[in-house]
Amino acid sequence: MSTVAYCSFIWGSGYITARARTRTHRSLQKTEEQKRRIMSVLRKINPTLQRICICEQENLGRRAMQIARELKQGVKKPYKELVDVSIGDAHSGGIKPITFVRQVIAACIYPELLHDSTLPADVKERAWRLMRECDGGSVGSYTEECGIPYVKSSVSEFITRRDGGVPASPENVFILSGSQTALMFVLSLLVHGEGSAQTGVAFPVPTYSSFAMALDELGAEMVPYYLCEEEGWALRVEELRRAVRASGLHCTPRALYVINPSNPTGNVQSRKIIEEVIRFAAEEKLVIMADEVYQDTVHEEGIDFVSYKRVLFELGPPYSESVQLASFHSVSKGFMGECGLRSGYVELVNLDPAVMEQACKWLSAGSCSAVTGQIALNIMVDPPRPGDPSYTMYSQEVKFKKDTLTCNVRRVQEVLEDIPGFTCQAVGGGFYAFPRLHLPQRAVQRAKELGVEADLLYCTRLLEEEGVCLEAGSSLGQKEGTHHIRLCLMTSTKTLGMVLKRLKRFHLRFLKEFS
Amino acid sequence: MTENGVVCQRGKVLTTDTMNPNVKKVEYAVRGPIVQRAVQIENELKEGVKKPFSEVIRANIGDAHAMGQRPITFFRQVVALCSYSKLLEDDKFPEDAKNRARRILQACNGGSIGAYSASQGIECVRQDVARYIERRDGGITCNPDNIYLCTGASDGIVAILKLLVSGEGRTRTGVMIPIPQYPLYSAALADLGAVQVSYYLDEDRCWALDVSELRRALVAARQHCSPRALCVINPGNPTGQVQSRQCIEDVIRFAAEEHLFLMADEVYQDNVYAEDCQFHSFKKVLYEMGPEYSDIVELVSFHSTSKCYMGECGFRGGYMEVINMDPEVKAQLTKMVSVRLCPPVPGQALLDLVVNPPQRDEPSYSTFIEERAANLRDLATKAKLAQEAFNRIPGITCNPVQGAMYCFPRISLPERAVAEAREMGQAPDMFYCMKLLEDTGICLVPGSGFGQMDGTYHFRMTILPPTDKLKIVLDKVKEFHQSFTQHYS
Repeated sequence: MSTVAYCSFIWGSGYITARARTRTHRSLQKTEEQKRRIMSVLRKINPTLQRICICEQENLGRRAMQIARELKQGVKKPYKELVDVSIGDAHSGGIKPITFVRQVIAACIYPELLHDSTLPADVKERAWRLMRECDGGSVGSYTEECGIPYVKSSVSEFITRRDGGVPASPENVFILSGSQTALMFVLSLLVHGEGSAQTGVAFPVPTYSSFAMALDELGAEMVPYYLCEEEGWALRVEELRRAVRASGLHCTPRALYVINPSNPTGNVQSRKIIEEVIRFAAEEKLVIMADEVYQDTVHEEGIDFVSYKRVLFELGPPYSESVQLASFHSVSKGFMGECGLRSGYVELVNLDPAVMEQACKWLSAGSCSAVTGQIALNIMVDPPRPGDPSYTMYSQEVKFKKDTLTCNVRRVQEVLEDIPGFTCQAVGGGFYAFPRLHLPQRAVQRAKELGVEADLLYCTRLLEEEGVCLEAGSSLGQKEGTHHIRLCLMTSTKTLGMVLKRLKRFHLRFLKEFS
Repeated sequence: MTENGVVCQRGKVLTTDTMNPNVKKVEYAVRGPIVQRAVQIENELKEGVKKPFSEVIRANIGDAHAMGQRPITFFRQVVALCSYSKLLEDDKFPEDAKNRARRILQACNGGSIGAYSASQGIECVRQDVARYIERRDGGITCNPDNIYLCTGASDGIVAILKLLVSGEGRTRTGVMIPIPQYPLYSAALADLGAVQVSYYLDEDRCWALDVSELRRALVAARQHCSPRALCVINPGNPTGQVQSRQCIEDVIRFAAEEHLFLMADEVYQDNVYAEDCQFHSFKKVLYEMGPEYSDIVELVSFHSTSKCYMGECGFRGGYMEVINMDPEVKAQLTKMVSVRLCPPVPGQALLDLVVNPPQRDEPSYSTFIEERAANLRDLATKAKLAQEAFNRIPGITCNPVQGAMYCFPRISLPERAVAEAREMGQAPDMFYCMKLLEDTGICLVPGSGFGQMDGTYHFRMTILPPTDKLKIVLDKVKEFHQSFTQHYS
């Protein structure tokens, strides 16, 4: 399926082609005379960029910013403040950073603080340790392009601890500017070719929109596989098989992207499913890209996160020696929530040394990721331990966030269960709830008349009338005829309370209007 | 066969044969094989292996802090305050630093540098950048909407190049780059599968950029590709030349005539040492040439926090200003940057301080001015020192280091050395630099990594090591060159 056709299939009328988008810019064009004189050298721009699908959600995000500005300027609205839970950004939702992280970063940036009596000894020690790793002792120096070796070691040690002793090597760890960059890095190694030789990348529907945009940009052929909502958004290997086999006619599938715990669905994969996926990848000759950035956030009792790496290793040969795996983690999610620091890593498993060498060489032409982010990453994988001066505060802060998230998950499910027109699968892990909207036919019809998806109409009205910004399911992908919304739950309980109150009020009104 | 009877195919999916071929084409000399050997040697020294030197001196990369340059106190104070806001209650920080931090934090979502910013960058930072540009360019308007913050200038440069690449065969995009050049350009073009169109700077005339040479390169290129863009690095890397105003006008005129998109890499704009040289921004010159040019020439100019007097490479801060970009194209650029979410927020904060430094009436002003002046003075002294030292060595000549952070001396190599290099499959100046590294521990980058006229050889050395170390380096290079020349004569 061509990318253009796919996009209209998945995102319905929410798909905005580059051409359609540019219609809105006609008004910005210069006078006729100037137009003639404009060189417009760039009119013939990179065609793969034109394919990047911007969903209407972008417009919603922009409108939200505009509303926030208007409120600041004193424009009267039915609400005093805008609440945005449309993206997985903990700090913007009122969650505080981890104190130890920020103390160490500040001390590394301004080493005078090392003489400050108010900073705990372990902060200073960590700052010293990290600055020693920087050329000239400064966080302003470039680091090695794949990351500071000490940080890479701490990452590989973390991986080994997490995976019950499964060995990990720092040489297989690449530190990059966030998991999005790391994903694009691995995709860049894999994606090439044209026509039926073009690399196909299998990915789940629904999936977070920046990933799909990255596939677009890199010119990958999209191979969507549907998660099963009725089974708690389970990944079913039969569906994977169907999708990959069907795609083989028009592309060469080479990669399988999974995200566990899932964004947006909150599904947490069992060991059994992971084993099935690995076996499938081995059969179909696919590199597994396992996005595990939400690995620290499993809410449901009795479920544990288990990494693809661990399962792969424990399956033993031949899988453990031949299946190629890239697993991703980041400081943006979990209890760090440090999206703005832009730091993450990928561990590459079973890749040829020759490929790794090429990858390193390629990275060397760019620059390292920001040092402040690498510092945060080091702390994430090697936090204060029991007995350290900062341990109590650190563990309290983490517990508070954990409890907040668990409490928010429970609250959302309780509230939505009671409101007609919502169903919500259990949220096992991750940052989000992804409830299904059962909208009256008249609402769907109205949306069609306006040329948008019904859930986008819903979210637009919610924003305008109640000042709440959510993500519409149509920008994440969903089965035709279904509608969803995504809310980020990694936010203060106060914020979530406000969201649920306004959402309920709006929802009942909306149902009434269109019944 | 596995237990359940499934055939598990042994061959790996991702191999050097099946990977993206463009990735394999990428070379980047600045961190290439010579640096890998330097790292090996450093490890050997650590293990106690005996060598004719006690340390490796990394004069290969433009990283000022790595070579001991001190950061600007005010900048570090503000970014530290932004990182750990409890410090706003700490007496040890001056009020002006705190005010800057508060202002930046207020502009961040949730008041935290850990939140995503807008993909184009924090709005108030872009506004500050626009005002900086207006002040720099004598009042010429700058629209903050044309400013894109990026993860260092390199990120912006690659984004624009990506935007430009299209077509196939004869219509494939060609991009004109100077030779010698900063190898990010050649690497990016290889990665994107674009055609590199080289134009040679004139070594005999202090690395001058000649429009006649631009024209020659363009005409030749049109035979096999579709040249669309012209990159200029000013002040130059590795050559250090600072373009005259006349030259910039000529380039703009050429770009206008030939329908070329101009990319002006101006990251060294504060690094001008020669007394008879001055930095002129492409934008300023463009606008001063009047509407005939300023209405139509498409230009992007790049700046960064990595060079100048700040040297904050590790923060990955930078911006690009797009001028006269077609709105449809700008929409594509905006779309593309949103795929990467946002540039690192600490780098955006740092950039804000670079474009909005302490003012005369503020407490931190005098320290700031002193530190800035000291860093620039130090660089100017070392530029002169290095250039003069190289010119005194028989067999080495060095053009004046008018700006930037590097010397790019030309070395004459005996025929036998050239022959031996070729036998080993090495570029002769790589052969020279490898031997220099093994004998003295000094790590330089061979000219072949930057491009040079056939039959000429160079190396790039940074002027960043502390003065006393720099003197030692210069002496050792002199000794080495003499013995190398003797050995191969």
